[in-house]
Amino acid sequence: MLGPIIETLIGGLLTGVLYALVALGFVLIFKASGVFNFAQGAMVLFAALSVARLSEVMPLVFAVAIAVVIMVVLAYVIERLVLRPLVNQEGIILFMATLGVAYFIDGFGQTVWGSDIYKINLGIPKDPMFFFEGVFPGGILIDREEVAAAAVCAILVAGLAIFFQVTRTGRALRAVADDHQAAQSVGIPLNYIWLIVWAVAGIVAIAAGMVWGSKLGVQFSISLVALKALPVLILGGFTSIPGAIVGGLIIGAGEKLAEVLLGPILIKTFDLAGGGIENWFAYMLALVFLLFRPQGLFGERIIERI
Amino acid sequence: MLYREAGQFKTSYQADQAIFPIAQDRWFVWGLVAFGFLVLPLFADQYLYTEVLIPVLILSLAAIGLNILTGYCGQLSLGTGGFMAVGAYAAYNLALRLPETNLIVVFLFAGLMAMAVGVLFGIPSLRIKGFYLAVATLASQFFLEWAFARVKWFTNYAPSGSVAVGKLELFGMPIQTPMEKYLFVLAIVVVMTLAAKNLIRGRLGRMWMATRDMDIAAEIIGIRPLYAKLSAFAVSSFFIGVSGALWAFLRLGSWEPLAFDINRSFQILFMVIIGGLGSLLGSFLGAAFIVLMPIFLNQLPGILGIPMSTALISHLEFMVFGAMIVFFLIVEPHGLARLWAIAKEKLRLWPFPY
Repeated sequence: MLGPIIETLIGGLLTGVLYALVALGFVLIFKASGVFNFAQGAMVLFAALSVARLSEVMPLVFAVAIAVVIMVVLAYVIERLVLRPLVNQEGIILFMATLGVAYFIDGFGQTVWGSDIYKINLGIPKDPMFFFEGVFPGGILIDREEVAAAAVCAILVAGLAIFFQVTRTGRALRAVADDHQAAQSVGIPLNYIWLIVWAVAGIVAIAAGMVWGSKLGVQFSISLVALKALPVLILGGFTSIPGAIVGGLIIGAGEKLAEVLLGPILIKTFDLAGGGIENWFAYMLALVFLLFRPQGLFGERIIERI
Repeated sequence: MLYREAGQFKTSYQADQAIFPIAQDRWFVWGLVAFGFLVLPLFADQYLYTEVLIPVLILSLAAIGLNILTGYCGQLSLGTGGFMAVGAYAAYNLALRLPETNLIVVFLFAGLMAMAVGVLFGIPSLRIKGFYLAVATLASQFFLEWAFARVKWFTNYAPSGSVAVGKLELFGMPIQTPMEKYLFVLAIVVVMTLAAKNLIRGRLGRMWMATRDMDIAAEIIGIRPLYAKLSAFAVSSFFIGVSGALWAFLRLGSWEPLAFDINRSFQILFMVIIGGLGSLLGSFLGAAFIVLMPIFLNQLPGILGIPMSTALISHLEFMVFGAMIVFFLIVEPHGLARLWAIAKEKLRLWPFPY
């Protein structure tokens, strides 16, 4: 009995890392510009489509390099055409604007790259690994792709941490995240910072898109992964990068365990037509955490004054 | 020159507190209602009823509901689709299990059930604010969507999961043809809009607006946040529940939970934002805009004579839709209602320069 549970737990934690990868993009943008960027899911889809279609005609490395250029251009266009005219508007207006951007990118990506299911081959063997075969009967099955994804995520987070802590631009980014007006008053160009942040979020989207794309195939439903990343986001706090990781782990493990342990009980007691509780369980879990910490686990304390 | 309030003296409190204190506004609204009830049925065809008029009216009602919550009380919600589903399935189950029930009672029941669920899911709003709340309301959306898809009792053990309503009638009069459905919807929408307008003008509405503008300050001047926020959730969910039942019974006829998925929530939110936060007129304008734009975009390649595959059209539709949303937000972040207000200001002077 213990073996399958541990297996589920590890599988859940690794899936959680994938959620965290998507949530990271949200956090970066919210931290630096206060925009709740709903287009992150669409950006993941667009990045995945770009990599998938480009890698059909050239080696993967070049495809990724070109995708990076595309995402930076996209960031520039969004900053120029959407964010700059809407500067100083309320949060909800900016949120709606990113929803519009999400629709646009979804449509644009599928118009340019096509709307079939495409493959991304990362060159990772698909066969699963087994561990602890001596301890548990049958051993514990772990998906190699998910381990690779976790490694990618770790590298990315480490890279971002160094970028934020050490470089000059990183310091400027932290200053903007802290206080827009104060940062501007000491001469940090806000527009440039926003461009950087959206470009970095675009690059994170490429990583997320490649990992999810190799897992599920590159198709429209990838943009819905963003909906899975939202509970991660509120659980960890909108403004915290470690929060996105820890939140991802909690949500990933929680929803897999719930599906296995809680699902059958619910089906039996309420006479359900199938389980599928992972669609909402993550949100309920996040909600319970929020009732105790309204700013998320690692979010900045909300101080309100009159 | 035509639209001026000069010379209209208010000699009683009643006149001063009228919903439309300016006579021209009053005539205009009466004229519009009369036009809707008497003139439109003379020439409207089936397409106009089922694709334009009925959807616009029903979704306006949902937009009014969301506007009460988001525009007047400041609580951003993405769970509208879920509450519409509660209304739809509550109405379905009452009509199914007690077939003799009057249709009005069915819709009231739908609203009340949605109200109960809405208050339940509104409780976190006392603790969670802003975008955290918006994401938290997605919990209700996904949970309700799941519940109606999986719990067999709600769909009366239908194997496909889709349910259908039987013949509709009100006081012995059948509601079958598009015209009858349209008139029924119009009557309900007019009555409920009037109710919403009066709620907003009254004590409750002022409490909501104070909470929206700054909830701590509102609390200090003696407004109980518990009561203000939960009443906003209750009233808003009632409107959304009724509109959900109307949508299911009079627009769809047979439906499955997918009809009330998260895209519906976003659609209603678009209506509220494009129309104008905190404006009843805006809810109608936004609903008309969001319903009519895809129809127009769909027809456009045909009109221009450009042959395109349906997949390409749907992708281009996405693009244009997204671009239009962004464009409108940039041009007028306060929505179509603000444009209307500006036009009225201009009309006061027209045709003179000042």
